[in-house]
Amino acid sequence: MAEKIKTLDQLRKIREETRKKMSIREGKYRFKVTIPMGTSGIVVGAREVMKAFLDAIEEHNLTDVIVTQTGFMGSRSIQPVAIVEDDKGNKITYGNLTPDKAKEIVERHIVKGEVVQGYVVLTPLE
Amino acid sequence: MMEELSLHIMDVLQNSLAAGARKVELEIEEDMDGDRLRIKVRDNGKGMTPEELKRVWDPFYTTKRDIGVGLGIPMFKWVAEHCDGSFRMESHPGEGTMLEAEMRLGHIDRPPMGDLAGTVLAMVVSSPQVRFVLRYKSRKGDFFFDSQEVREILGDVPLSNAEVIKFLKEYLSENLAKVMEAA
Repeated sequence: MAEKIKTLDQLRKIREETRKKMSIREGKYRFKVTIPMGTSGIVVGAREVMKAFLDAIEEHNLTDVIVTQTGFMGSRSIQPVAIVEDDKGNKITYGNLTPDKAKEIVERHIVKGEVVQGYVVLTPLE
Repeated sequence: MMEELSLHIMDVLQNSLAAGARKVELEIEEDMDGDRLRIKVRDNGKGMTPEELKRVWDPFYTTKRDIGVGLGIPMFKWVAEHCDGSFRMESHPGEGTMLEAEMRLGHIDRPPMGDLAGTVLAMVVSSPQVRFVLRYKSRKGDFFFDSQEVREILGDVPLSNAEVIKFLKEYLSENLAKVMEAA
């Protein structure tokens, strides 16, 4: 129980500090990353790709990016996939991802605002 | 195809989300003395009729166009049974689904648990609207995690915030490492 109390305290502190500098207000975000996590995504590394996105968000100390998942999404031949959407509704679909590519997408697309053309897939997903 | 039990678990949790579950409970028990490993998932999703449940065992059955989807459960079942274990599912429409995989802990072909912390982190952060409850039991102790507690503390701070991710990642891996005895 002692551990749990310590944990709650730590999280509360994070919450207070984060709220001060938070740019997300009532669901507003600058980028949303959606990763399909169906069986066909998982078997080719979707979890590792999602973890790489989370790691990169942490490394760049981003506070206005949301990472979410969806169950099923089209062709398995381009998985793992990530859809990066900005707050204006522009959507870019990246495919055949690896953890390294995911980190690069965060660095270039999300931090610097440039689409990583080499990983863009145009295959319709639905 | 799936080299870690935590990936099979991820797949099962994903099925629960696809079934519209608002709460998903995962319980893992290492029984070193009895040489058994038990993995149980219970959700409050839309559930399945006996007819639908029967078709889950069929690797060629899927409700979706994603070819891989129908394979998840048959693969997990195969792993459990191959490792001197058993696999069962119960489901009731409107109530939810329960799945239990059980196998011999020391079986030479048993896949390692792998990155369970990564599975839980990915699920919790990317589906904040769903309540995930994890209980891991072993001889070394119990680890209990309820994403609702985290949600309540955070309030309007999103789970996919850099600081929160960092905290959860460390919290989950440290606490799981403390209780996980079998690889």
